[in-house]
Parts: sequence; C-alpha cells; structure tokens
Amino acid sequence: MAGDTRPVLSARGLAKSFGAVVAAAEVTIEVPAGEKLCLIGSNGAGKTTFVNMVTGYLTPDAGTIELDGETITGLAPRTIARKGICRSFQIPQLCIELTAEENMLVAIAAAEPRGLSFWADPAAGGRDARARELLDRFGIAAMADRPVSEMPGGMRKLLDIAMALARRPRLLLLDEPTSGVSAEEKFPAMDRVMEAVSGQASTIVFVEHDMDIVRGYADRVIAFYSGRVISDGTPDHVLSDAEVKRYVSGGAA
Amino acid sequence: MSRTVLVLVAAGLMAALLLIGLALPRWLLFLVTLAASHGIVSVGILVIMRGGLVSFGQGLVFAIGGYAAALSFTQLGITDVIVLILIGTAAAALVGAAVGPLLARYTGIFFGMLTLALSMVAYGVLIKSPAVGGSDGFNIPRGTLFGVRLEGAGGDYALYALAILVTGIAATAVALHTRSARGLMTRAIHGNGLRVEYLGTSVQSVMAINFTIAAALGGLGGALTIVALGHIEPTFAFWTQSGEFVFVAILAGSHSVTAVFIASLALELVRSFSNLYFPNTWQMALGLFLLAIILFLPAGIGSLWAGRRKASPSSGGETP
Repeated sequence: MAGDTRPVLSARGLAKSFGAVVAAAEVTIEVPAGEKLCLIGSNGAGKTTFVNMVTGYLTPDAGTIELDGETITGLAPRTIARKGICRSFQIPQLCIELTAEENMLVAIAAAEPRGLSFWADPAAGGRDARARELLDRFGIAAMADRPVSEMPGGMRKLLDIAMALARRPRLLLLDEPTSGVSAEEKFPAMDRVMEAVSGQASTIVFVEHDMDIVRGYADRVIAFYSGRVISDGTPDHVLSDAEVKRYVSGGAA
Repeated sequence: MSRTVLVLVAAGLMAALLLIGLALPRWLLFLVTLAASHGIVSVGILVIMRGGLVSFGQGLVFAIGGYAAALSFTQLGITDVIVLILIGTAAAALVGAAVGPLLARYTGIFFGMLTLALSMVAYGVLIKSPAVGGSDGFNIPRGTLFGVRLEGAGGDYALYALAILVTGIAATAVALHTRSARGLMTRAIHGNGLRVEYLGTSVQSVMAINFTIAAALGGLGGALTIVALGHIEPTFAFWTQSGEFVFVAILAGSHSVTAVFIASLALELVRSFSNLYFPNTWQMALGLFLLAIILFLPAGIGSLWAGRRKASPSSGGETP
C-alpha cells in the first residue's frame, strides 16, 4: 500500500449512452492501491456500466481509463484481464459441465503466459496445487470433483470469485458478491470472501446493495444515480448524504 | 485414465489391429484402410466440436491433402507414401492456418456455413481445372515404401499397416490433446466462451489453432486415401463428402476417438453391403442406422464405454 502515489485505476470523464438512456456521464473515479471501494446505486444507476467499461466489455463514448498510468480505454476484455483487472459476476459465469477444480484450472491456465505447458496436463506445473489452494481459501475444496451443475448457488458464487483471483489481479472487481445470499448469511459470506481475497488482491471495487455490508467492508463509497456520481467519500459521509438517502438507500440508512 | 495408460492402450490396440490384419481378406483390408483414412478426418472434426463448433467443410482440407499428395506423385515423381502423407498433411495444415483465424471469428451456424462455402468454392475451382483432370480427376499409381513398390497382397497389407499406425498415432495425439490444458480450455470455451475471454484467453486464437489441427488431420486423411485408392477427383471437396465426415463424428459422439474409427468402419460396411444388396436405397439404410443411434445412443457410440463421469465421480477423465 505504502509508497504508491499513483492510483491503480484512474477513470476520467467517462460517458456512455444507449440511445436516449444515459448510462454514464462525467464519471471520474480514482482508486488508490489497497483501497476497498464500494459502488452503490439503484438498478440502472450505472454501476455495472462502469464495471463493464473498466473491464472492456463496453467502450466508453468519451473519457479515458488508466491502469497504473497506462491507458486501457477500449481494449478487449482479455487484454485488460492480462494487464491485471479481473472481475467476478453477479450471475456466476462458469462452465457448468466442468468440475469446480477444472474451472479453476482453466482460470489458472488462462493466467499463465502461453507456452509449452499449455499443451501439457492441466494439472501439471503446479497448476493443481494452486487450484486446490484457491478452492481451499473459499472453503469449496470438498466440492472440487463435482460438476458445477451439481453445486449450490452460493458455492458457484464463491467459485466465480476464486476464478477471478487466479491471476492475482492488480484490481479486483466484484459485482454484487453477496447477491442471492439470504440476509442473515450476508455477513458470514462477505467475511469469507474478504478473508479469501486478502493476500491475493488488495485493491478491490465491489458493487453492493446491502447498506450494512457497505458500512462494514468499504473504505470508501461512491453513489451513482442515473449515470452520474452523486456522492463520493467515507461510508459515513456518503450514507448520510440527503441525495443518497433519497435516491439510493431509501429510508434504510 | 492417465496419459501413460492411454498411450499403452493405444499402442496395444494398434499392435492387435496389425496382427488381425494378417488374417483379414484383401477386400476387408482395403475397407479398413479407407475407414481409418476417413476416420482421422472426423477425429479432426471432434477437435473443433469440443469447442462447440461443427465444420461442414472438412472436404476442403481432405481434398487439399489428397491433391497435394497426388500431384506430388504425378508431377514431382515423389513415390514414397510416407513422404506423400507428410506433404498432404502439411499442405492442408498451411491452408488451415491461413483460413483458421478468419473462420474462428464466427460461431454457430455462421462458422458451419463458411466452412461449407469454402469447400464448395474449392470444388468449383477443381471441377473447372483441366490441369488436374477436371471433374474426372486423375489416377495415381501405387506408391513405394522404403523403396519397395506396394503391389499385390503384401502391398495391400503394408498400406493397411501404414494406415493403422499413422492414424493411430495421430488419434492418440488428439486424445492426449483432449487431456491437456488446451483441451480443457477448448471445453471451457464450449461451456462459457465469454468467461474465458474475461480470464484473459483469446477464444479466437484457441479455435483457430484447433481448426489448424483439424485441417492437418483432414489433409492426412486425404493423402492416405489417395495412396490407397489410387484415384482423386473433385468430389473429395463436395459437400456430401464433408457431410459424411460430420455424420461419422456425430455417430461416434465427442467422448472418444476410438469410437470415431468404429463409426467410420460401420459407415464403410453399411455402404458396401447396401451397395451390393440394395444399390438404389443405400442412403436409406444409412439414415435408419443414424436414426437408431440418435434414439438409443444420443451421445454417440463412444458413450457405450466413455464419458460416464456422472455415474463414477472418482474417474479422472475420458477414455480414448
């Protein structure tokens, strides 16, 4: 964390619209190394559009995105992933006919530089050990040999995040890591994710709807409303903002 | 099945087939030689199919391998069948490497139709090319192996043995590839290509290389076929020929390369017997055969012994 003056991620003046719908306007966000930044906002506020622009799925109409000072605007998702931005998905994106371990091996093989080992056994070259280690971190090692199609939703969610860590990304984006988890299980689930992630990735941007989770885990919060950033600061500051209360958190905060 | 066991089983299978060949009548030796030569083309389709795409144009690479080998014989005077097979394989692989990256940009039916279109363009060009015999094609005399001319019963057996060894080794390589990180990545692309891209791998480049591998196998099959058949014509690139390769791949299912050769042999047997006993309706016999497979073995012949992972969670992978 210390000694790094340049932000890991620097997005400036991002704009994106779909026809008449403005999904992003003048979005400027800098994420310093080691920060856990939470994005909040109601559905359609522009959180996922931001995540999609940063990971290359969408190209912004205007603005620039830099990773460690290098411009990555408009690059393909795979190129951006190679540069160190990895993401998990709100709906887990897995290969359901493969086992949990095979999914991990795919992620690990994808993270390695292409070489002869790509033509060797998937488990070779320490890939199996790394796969087990990551599955273990998320407490899903017992399910390693099961096809994903037989795994419960919560475990798929964890596997999805574990795969995003295979590369030890510079920046990890988690799209609603606790969605689909019941209210009383949200804290244990988030604890598990944060514990598992520690040491693998330190700079994290996550999207979350539960304000208690936001308060508990974020260093900083950014609130979106119709494509714009309406508040940016500490959790206490943002969650007590009148506009945020009206448009995002409702009466809950 | 571990990789060592796989190689040992494959070697044992090839040795057994070489021995059995000594007892087979000449017509059956020829039939098995053709089935192996055609089967390896369908093994190539399997390499693509595992990534979720089907090529309806493998006739293209089959014809390129065949013509490259045949022309090397008649124009350049190269008679050694092993060299001819290498030339056919290399020529088709080169074409595959050239068109693969273009084709790999497409998925689903677009990919299938483009491969079909390319093969039909090749067919059209070949049929209008008097230099290579036009629609009649041309004949190729029997080649040589280590300086010995392949004639008579001995020559037939030598070609049979060559076909078993060459296609056997190539198929074993494909089975090993299936168990590699690349092979796993190919299956992952079939399962969720978008996620693979997000993990940092180019789906297009993996599929382009898979197409090149399939092209090399197609060229290998084409060269082996003309060496055994002694004849080549533009129908090698015709869509019905490509369709037959897909037919065999579907018949076999994507679980096992061994099943592809069984399916290929079954096709050759059904074809020759139906031709003999009901020459005008042999396609119908083939249709009924495929219908029976689809009804009773929807995952292909290979599912009889491979790909039953759900029943036995301890097993480590597919069998060859």
